[in-house]
Amino acid sequence: MKEPKVDLKVSIDPMTRLEGHGKIEIFLDEKGNVKEAYMQTPELRGFEVFCRGRRAEDMPIITSRICGVCPEAHLTASAKALDMAFGAEPPQTARMIRELLYNAYIFYDHCLNLYYLGGIDLLLGDVERKERNIIGLINKFGIEIGKEIIKHRRYAMEIVKTIGGREIHPVSVVPGGVSKRIQEEERKEIEKKAESCITFARRSLEIFKKLFSTEEWNQRLGLDSMNTYYMGMVDSANHVNFYDGDVRIVSPSGDEFARIKPEKILDHIEEHVEGWSYVKFPYLKGVGWRGLVDGENSGIYRVGSLARLNSADGMNTSLAMKEFQEFKKKGLVNQTFGYYHARLIEMLNAAERVHERARDDQLTGKDIRSMPSKPGEGVGVVEAARGTLIHHYKLNSEGLVKDANLIVATTNNNAAMNISVANAARRVIENGTVNDAILNRIESAVRCYDPCLACASHSLGSMPMVVNVYWKGRLHKRLQRNA
Amino acid sequence: MYWGAGCGGCDVSLLGVHEDIIDLLKEVEIVFWPCAMDFLHEDLQKMEDGSIDIVFYNGAVRTQENEEMLRILRRKAKILVAYGSCAIEGCVIGLANLSKREEIFESVYLNSETTKNAQRVVPGTGKLELTPVLPYLKTLDQVVEVDAKIPGCPPPTPVLKEALSALLEGRTEFGKDTALCDECPRKDSKPEKIEVERFYRWHEKEDDGSCFIARGIICIGPSTRAGCAGECVSAGIPCTGCMGPVPKVENQGAAILSAIASILNEKLDEKKESEIIASINDAVGTFYKYSAAKLLPEGRWKDERA
Repeated sequence: MKEPKVDLKVSIDPMTRLEGHGKIEIFLDEKGNVKEAYMQTPELRGFEVFCRGRRAEDMPIITSRICGVCPEAHLTASAKALDMAFGAEPPQTARMIRELLYNAYIFYDHCLNLYYLGGIDLLLGDVERKERNIIGLINKFGIEIGKEIIKHRRYAMEIVKTIGGREIHPVSVVPGGVSKRIQEEERKEIEKKAESCITFARRSLEIFKKLFSTEEWNQRLGLDSMNTYYMGMVDSANHVNFYDGDVRIVSPSGDEFARIKPEKILDHIEEHVEGWSYVKFPYLKGVGWRGLVDGENSGIYRVGSLARLNSADGMNTSLAMKEFQEFKKKGLVNQTFGYYHARLIEMLNAAERVHERARDDQLTGKDIRSMPSKPGEGVGVVEAARGTLIHHYKLNSEGLVKDANLIVATTNNNAAMNISVANAARRVIENGTVNDAILNRIESAVRCYDPCLACASHSLGSMPMVVNVYWKGRLHKRLQRNA
Repeated sequence: MYWGAGCGGCDVSLLGVHEDIIDLLKEVEIVFWPCAMDFLHEDLQKMEDGSIDIVFYNGAVRTQENEEMLRILRRKAKILVAYGSCAIEGCVIGLANLSKREEIFESVYLNSETTKNAQRVVPGTGKLELTPVLPYLKTLDQVVEVDAKIPGCPPPTPVLKEALSALLEGRTEFGKDTALCDECPRKDSKPEKIEVERFYRWHEKEDDGSCFIARGIICIGPSTRAGCAGECVSAGIPCTGCMGPVPKVENQGAAILSAIASILNEKLDEKKESEIIASINDAVGTFYKYSAAKLLPEGRWKDERA
């Protein structure tokens, strides 16, 4: 084990470390300034290994257990990889049903982030630890607003259940299409709920935009900015698409760096391994790994809401398009806090898209599945709420999995999150003086990405943290938020 | 509510009561739910032993930390509830016990196609401490005594609601003791006597909306505990067994295997019968998808004896 040659060590130990999901450690140089900062995810379950030998058709069900917060993303990426592996192109009705389910998922997941997770920090500001949750939100904004939030998240989850059979770990997305038709009564119900979700998303944008126009927000925006590559999936018009399309990468200057067919994506990505983290560090192969630094010469890229809007030229629905144009009026948005605004625009887009699909006659069609032909190799790519998600399978002649490689959304952001932690720490640690604000700063920096470290942790409340400051190898100061 | 090695779905399932959560919170005081509310490890340590009425532990035991927390929570709890499939029987991540830990490290960090790792670095060897991954995954009852179990992946809302009201009354036995077939939406199409001559994979056959088993498609429903109302079957997918075995049946996989052998056409000779059974590929992943960590004698047991 390598010992760092420094006297000072700051260890930020969130509750989540004890869950085995996330831990932050900061090393200071001799002068007491931040030298290195790390976010660790001490968890490994080994899906790639135990997927080997499984029946291909079970893969969507097995891999959706990677994450119970975003099972639809794994379910769909897996089924898409199998569409390709079995040469079974889904019929139009099936594509529509899948896309509807997928957008309902994006809506409820973003709703979860904005009102139950990261967004809580923004909406509630500095309140006591025990108030930093959805219940605190209800106490501050009133039971009626609280009920609206819970209701709309429920609506989207009910749409998932109608289509997928279950609210959590739905099952109906299968190789070659879907396993369940949509009935006319179900379609009507979905359309009604989607309408309500659009109104809710517009109101959410209004509420947050008021917040965004404040002084405090401007300060936050300036806290963490970095020049990285951005990755996101786009349709033929270069508009954001969560379910299907090509993967587009733009450079830190905003130019198109690559536009890649999903099946070729793995030719462009490599993963770096560090001994201190169970989660790997993907980077662009064509640019290379230069360590935890940003810039044109570093292959580090970002994914997720901000990255999707940065790598696209627009949105595929009208209300969201207007918001997009306003958001990107000055071009690329490099501030990490932009993730929240981008998420709100996407929530509106997802609700509009569900509504649009629900009004399409083809949705209730009978032709929902193509039968599989000979098993081979397949890649499935989707935009999970947290970013680009890739499943790659090789099947043997019996249709069993020979090899599975999974690059999950949060993993793509692993390097960038580490840089954000370092940036936040640098602002609050100077010459060995550790400011109390470090807890909130670091937490806010990481939360922007809405990291799902079950998908690479999951934390519905705010992360409680303890900071230990070591001076010459001994515990010098201990900080505990809201203790 | 605490989580070990899991996917977060169990935590989300508690929110599955939606608006009812507001009423639920009037009845109970939540003292520890790191996923949804802030809490510190120290606060937990300070609590007296046996001072928490009910502890839900979801997720399995995969790291040393998971195990330490389980032992602490066992001491603090009056009733320790294994919540969900990972905690009770290991769930799909228990299939990892078919491989050694070292094999997992090798394929994830050294041999995966996209990984570039010329120095052959593996986690746990760096400058920071990292909680060790245990050689094998364990279910809760392989570590401590468990008082009650809420099955499912994750527990379906009706199962959860029934369990919550039972536990609040101090009962640790709850849930249905029948098999899924009893509440299956395709129950009426299940013939009195089933007879098949071969088995199909479900994705190879068009779905006509009738009993899967009667058509030679493997469905784990007959050996799986009822409670979910056949949600997957309603969506056109055969049961994969996430609710665990019917009470009193220990081995869900063996139970379904014998059920399957019994529906083979009686005219087939023994040799032919065993050929058909042997032709079912990935029997482990099919019959022990959720219970490998709990039930399979190979893997960790073989290794620990050696």
